Amino acid sequence: MWEYDEKMKLKIGLAEMLKGGVIMDVTTPEQARIAEEAGACAVMALERVPADIRKEGGVARMASVKIIKDIMAAVTIPVMAKARIGHFAEAQVLEAIGVDYIDESEVLTPADEEHHINKWPFKVPFVCGARNLGEALRRIGEGAAMIRTKGEAGSGNIVEAVRHLRAITGEIRQLTVLREEELMAKAKELGAPLEIVKWVATNGKLPVPNFSAGGIATPADASLVMQLGAEAVFVGSGIFKSSDPAKRARAIVHATTHYHEPHVVAECSEDLGEAMRGIDVSKLDQKELLQTRGW
Amino acid sequence: MKNGGKRIGILALQGDFALHARMLDRLEAPWKLVKHVPDLDEIGGLILPGGESTTMLKFFGEEGWGEAIRRFAAQGKPLFGTCAGTILLASEVLNPPQERLGLIDITVERNAYGRQVDSSVRYGDCPELTDHPLEMVFIRAPIIRRVGAGVRVLGRAEGLPVLVEQGSVLAATFHPELTEDETVHRYFLRKV
Repeated sequence: MWEYDEKMKLKIGLAEMLKGGVIMDVTTPEQARIAEEAGACAVMALERVPADIRKEGGVARMASVKIIKDIMAAVTIPVMAKARIGHFAEAQVLEAIGVDYIDESEVLTPADEEHHINKWPFKVPFVCGARNLGEALRRIGEGAAMIRTKGEAGSGNIVEAVRHLRAITGEIRQLTVLREEELMAKAKELGAPLEIVKWVATNGKLPVPNFSAGGIATPADASLVMQLGAEAVFVGSGIFKSSDPAKRARAIVHATTHYHEPHVVAECSEDLGEAMRGIDVSKLDQKELLQTRGW
Repeated sequence: MKNGGKRIGILALQGDFALHARMLDRLEAPWKLVKHVPDLDEIGGLILPGGESTTMLKFFGEEGWGEAIRRFAAQGKPLFGTCAGTILLASEVLNPPQERLGLIDITVERNAYGRQVDSSVRYGDCPELTDHPLEMVFIRAPIIRRVGAGVRVLGRAEGLPVLVEQGSVLAATFHPELTEDETVHRYFLRKV
């Protein structure tokens, strides 16, 4: 059963502190310092950004402990790292070295094709990706303390993040108008725990913070997902695959804070150099999609 | 609780400003999110929320916030910082040293308990505010290493000062906004 106990309060507490901010993918201590200097509220330490994972292929695993530790030593902001779906031993390693948040991520090659990590026993909080409300609530049932849209990582294309955000917020709105006796059938349809379905129906939001990730490449992209209800944004390949990462990072930080002020978004969109190239997601083969990983 | 119609501003550059708004709603105190310097002219008191102090400082560096908030404080208007907000208000910051407003004479050490795995819920005492033990949530919290002569310690947890006050400035290293306990916010509203 989902419980807002002391442990969950601390896990969600850190997610609350990240709200209104930008979490940036970094692969080296130098990139981490650039991100911090630009105003990132946290960094995600990984070995390859999703765009490179997509290009180079092979098995994508948790980053090397050395890289993560070097990045932790380089900055004072929280450091997150990714574990493979279902790979609880990678998660144990990440907890042992003291990362601040674990992303059980579809960007890495899944280690288990049926089960996600049971996140409750961990002291470190987890964030998980979701494409719709059912997926989000299953992850929360497993103990995730933050949900993010999956989007399509490494694509530089916002269309999938928008689809997922609209799906989650739309399905939440629908839940709030159901009668109580209709919630069991809805829980069955969503494949989600009834207790959490009831909580969402009563409160009209997820019981954990809801961030957006997967394809954010410009200040206007950040503004778009914030206006659609995201509470903070993750930027993966979008920053360090652009022509002027420091400038773009700072611009996305500003656009996230002032997302509802078009003149500020316009101002920080000026003279940014080239954005990452991007992929038309509809041209991708079904098996090339990262978002379909997760169950 | 009515406040003589004086709105409380909540600095909303980044962090848990929405939780402070939720707390002020419960106390029926009108509030306004503060995102630009001119917003300061429309409020009677200012809350600096939890979040990442380095992120908020980027905005401070670019938009003249430091001078504006110091001017706001010089008018005797009250300020209240939690966690990152307290780091911004302090007169000295360690681990590492960084820019600050210098509006309360304390030295704070950032991330002094450790990383997220060392975050904790503790119960502390604030005898002047309440006679019940106060639930205090510490998230990657700072520790107050030095308290200046003009600063009063209002709350302690495990021997360490965690809630301090100097004139119109109130600062907590924990997050009352993450709990259901209204004591600290109620105390701040009395200052406005």
